[in-house]
Amino acid sequence: MMALPYITEHTGFTGTVYATEPTVQIGRLLMEELVNFIERVPKAQSASLWKNKDIQRLLPSPLKDAVEVSTWRRCYTMQEVNSALSKIQLVGYSQKIELFGVVQVTPLSSGYALGSSNWIIQSHYEKVSYVSGSSLLTTHPQPMDQASLKNSDVLVLTGLTQIPTANPDGMVGEFCSNLALTIRNGGNVLVPCYPSGVIYDLLECLYQYIDSAGLSSVPFYFISPVANSSLEFSQIFAEWLCHNKQSKVYLPEPPFPHAELIQTNKLKHYPSIHGDFSNDFRQPCVVFTGHPSLRFGDVVHFMELWGKSSLNTVIFTEPDFSYLEALAPYQPLAMKCIYCPIDTRLNFIQVSKLLKEVQPLHVVCPEQYTQPPPAQSHRMDLMIDCQPPPMSYRRAEVLALPFKRRYEKIEIMPELADSLVPMEIKPGISLATVSAVLHTKDNKHVLQPPPRPAQPASGKKRKRMSDDVPDCKVLKPLLSGSIPVEQFVQSLEKHGFSDIKVEDTAKGHIVLLQEAETLIQIEEDSTHIICDNDEMLRVRLRDLVLKFLQKF
Amino acid sequence: MPEIRVTPLGAGQDVGRSCILVSIAGKNVMLDCGMHMGFNDDRRFPDFSYITQNGRLTDFLDCVIISHFHLDHCGALPYFSEMVGYDGPIYMTHPTQAICPILLEDYRKIAVDKKGEANFFTSQMIKDCMKKVVAVHLHQTVQVDDELEIKAYYAGHVLGAAMFQIKVGSESVVYTGDYNMTPDRHLGAAWIDKCRPNLLITESTYATTIRDSKRCRERDFLKKVHETVERGGKVLIPVFALGRAQELCILLETFWERMNLKVPIYFSTGLTEKANHYYKLFITWTNQKIRKTFVQRNMFEFKHIKAFDRAFADNPGPMVVFATPGMLHAGQSLQIFRKWAGNEKNMVIMPGYCVQGTVGHKILSGQRKLEMEGRQVLEVKMQVEYMSFSAHADAKGIMQLVGQAEPESVLLVHGEAKKMGFLRQKIEQELRVSCYMPANGETVTLPTSPSIPVGISLGLLKREMAQGLLPEAKKPRLLHGTLIMKDSNFRLVSSEQALKELGLAEHQLRFTCRVHLQDTRKEQEMALRVYSHLKSTLKDHCVQHLPDGSVTVESILIQAAAHSEDPGAKVLLVSWTYQDEELGSFLTALLKKGLPQTP
Repeated sequence: MMALPYITEHTGFTGTVYATEPTVQIGRLLMEELVNFIERVPKAQSASLWKNKDIQRLLPSPLKDAVEVSTWRRCYTMQEVNSALSKIQLVGYSQKIELFGVVQVTPLSSGYALGSSNWIIQSHYEKVSYVSGSSLLTTHPQPMDQASLKNSDVLVLTGLTQIPTANPDGMVGEFCSNLALTIRNGGNVLVPCYPSGVIYDLLECLYQYIDSAGLSSVPFYFISPVANSSLEFSQIFAEWLCHNKQSKVYLPEPPFPHAELIQTNKLKHYPSIHGDFSNDFRQPCVVFTGHPSLRFGDVVHFMELWGKSSLNTVIFTEPDFSYLEALAPYQPLAMKCIYCPIDTRLNFIQVSKLLKEVQPLHVVCPEQYTQPPPAQSHRMDLMIDCQPPPMSYRRAEVLALPFKRRYEKIEIMPELADSLVPMEIKPGISLATVSAVLHTKDNKHVLQPPPRPAQPASGKKRKRMSDDVPDCKVLKPLLSGSIPVEQFVQSLEKHGFSDIKVEDTAKGHIVLLQEAETLIQIEEDSTHIICDNDEMLRVRLRDLVLKFLQKF
Repeated sequence: MPEIRVTPLGAGQDVGRSCILVSIAGKNVMLDCGMHMGFNDDRRFPDFSYITQNGRLTDFLDCVIISHFHLDHCGALPYFSEMVGYDGPIYMTHPTQAICPILLEDYRKIAVDKKGEANFFTSQMIKDCMKKVVAVHLHQTVQVDDELEIKAYYAGHVLGAAMFQIKVGSESVVYTGDYNMTPDRHLGAAWIDKCRPNLLITESTYATTIRDSKRCRERDFLKKVHETVERGGKVLIPVFALGRAQELCILLETFWERMNLKVPIYFSTGLTEKANHYYKLFITWTNQKIRKTFVQRNMFEFKHIKAFDRAFADNPGPMVVFATPGMLHAGQSLQIFRKWAGNEKNMVIMPGYCVQGTVGHKILSGQRKLEMEGRQVLEVKMQVEYMSFSAHADAKGIMQLVGQAEPESVLLVHGEAKKMGFLRQKIEQELRVSCYMPANGETVTLPTSPSIPVGISLGLLKREMAQGLLPEAKKPRLLHGTLIMKDSNFRLVSSEQALKELGLAEHQLRFTCRVHLQDTRKEQEMALRVYSHLKSTLKDHCVQHLPDGSVTVESILIQAAAHSEDPGAKVLLVSWTYQDEELGSFLTALLKKGLPQTP
């Protein structure tokens, strides 16, 4: 979502974007915060010549190692964000969205964040599931919808956990105990974080924890330009929450306990460190603020303020950035650094459980999931293992999905259906020949009964010979079956043919009607009538032959 | 013949106890399960024994759908599910699921505790009943079973009100519940896509009314309230806890703020206060403006409006009080009304519809001497005002919705028979859609003709589409194929494919006709003449002269040969398959006439 403005505003994209309401609202907050942080430190100049490969090669690390620098872009503006968001059409879980009458798109709950979705793209006969950023853990959002992913031809799997070895529950416990320890020793705790998502769960854990840990007098500060909005928005998406939280709303009570933390003044939120915050600021305290990369945002001030004291602790919970790299420019640091990444997305054990449950015919995933992570190459369990083996893709690679479309839906009008004459070919299988007019509108196909043949305009003089040329578009049915010679001869005799001679050939028989100078070659799967130009005779013979054959 | 059957058990040519049975493609759905405000006997609930004489409701009904939390749409639900007995799913939106049990409990309390009724549903029954509820999101397609699906649309009216589409295969019915086509101060307008249902079941409370603009009504309302408090009078506004109360509160709140008024506004405690909380938490269901500004200022956190205490009613000086219930038939609003009725400086404003038999209905119809319990006569000197703030669609709105959904037919419920008749005429004349208005217990049967979905092989479809796109497609093209029916799996494939799939060999039927012509020329020359003749005659066909000396017209082969007996004659062998029969027989007839003399 965070890159949406680049697509909608800079690529000439004119299509519709579909997203759930919480995704749009919270996505807006995240982008708003980002833009706000970036705009606080305007750059008077910008350099781009260094992006030249020859120059970049000579630069010191890490600039030297940066990849795809030519694709780096400036951060978008709020105006672009608003414009991008205005192109989004809101959808709800399990809503079936028809696209051009050809495919149906449906978002499903993915269980990872408020309104986060997996998507099903299906036609009447094919089904592709896109699973991204899903969680099977019970946190605040609605649980993941697994049942609807069943019977997929292809399942595209991405957005797995970035820290497959860390257990989120354990990390939360560690987070709380480290926080308590620091406070007890008189230090401050800094939590670099995004303004939405895991922070809701952290606040909820702290809510339960602070009294037992004797932290009830310690102030918690949440500093972000969108702190207030984020906390408020989290309370109004009752329908997108897990069952527990939903029932709270029914009481009616706010679903998240941070409402109570705010009411009792334990949690305070500020748009930035300037203004009210500087008056209220008390130490020791706990500060939640962004950006988790430690490169911009209010977190920078706290790093500089608290970095020199070993009493203080910074606790990393967001898995998006390597904490060592994030800290690099602040070294040497006296403050304690704790790394408890909390990533509730699917790990490889959960993936294999999910795949067993859902049983897609094929799995498609990014290349890195098909081999163990480079740092832990012996961990064969840290990769996707399924049968048939997953198809992998790389950046900018086009992958042909392994299925062939064979059928499409068509509707037969009831009048036409009434006129069909099914005939049973094999037990349980019936056939009916259909001749109908095909109408196609908005990619929907309907078969209508053929129009009644128009009365031939009699009395009119025929103008040209070519008018009489029969319309060969009236197709004759295909024939099937074979002709038993003896019965055929009997039937010929019954219809007044005499002087019939039958000769056996290698492949069948030849029936000679000597009087009429006619020859009928009968083989297993073909019949050839050779006669003089006598239309009457030919038609009579034809009808006799057809009696023995099935038409399709 | 497939058909859709609709039977109102309540709300048929009536307002109250909404309950409509719909049978569609073998599925039975019950829409709403309401009570009637005007009755206190058996008639207050729909007659569920109609549904099935013997046998359980659960076996007969596939699901129950509740459109919104008003008691005339859900009041009979615990009675129906717990006392009559129904264990299937009950669908409603999240806000409805949240608020419904509270209103039911409130209703139960008034009936049992105040009126002392026995044999009424209990609190536990309400809880058990609510356990059977499945909450739905807006626009979510809920698969009730493999065939039956339902989908909710936003209806305005009250918080969480929804219209429902019920769909089986290609047949569908839309039930509007109560809806509002104009956004108000706190809710948005109803909206539905062009879903072209076979039947649209719509409410018709205001079938004959076309309301003036909302702004005028609001201004009028504010003016009356303002004037009354200016001259020291008290204003009583009887409301139902949820809905109008919030709209009017927002209206007064903004007015008070703008005019900097200090006169107190009160809100009867309990339910209404709680109600505001629901509005805060379900703010996504309110209108755009409120949703946009809620972070800065939640419209449902009122500054000027305070909780009411019973004792305040005797306070001197002006005040405005919102009190429940809305029809002045019981409770706090009636108490306050009795206290204030004697003073002509005071005013009561009725903002909604009042059912016959209630005090609200009596004073609105001009009665000024009311007989109360204990033979007391209450003389009403206070001013009585009626202002329609009901969030129902008016005639214009109903027509608009019918236009939006484009149904094949319309069925009216939830309205008075006379007014319905008028609207029916209007719908039939202006929109040319057939329209029904059954009374309770009367069944409307609509034949439907669902088309049959089958799978068509892509090869066949593409072949046909490619040809169908030719410019000469004026004449409808015929598509030929074979329908393979195996169990319930229907597939339409080309005849060739059908033969192949069933392991049947094609039997080729060929004809060869000898055409005798008197001609002494050589065979090759003969063939060339045939070619040029046919080429000039058959302009629309592909005529070719092959290197081996034969001529083809499409797939028909013509060869010239010498006559075995007569050297002056030649034989043309014309050969074709059964599939090209017409063209073949036409060609032989044509050639029999001889070739034109070369000029």
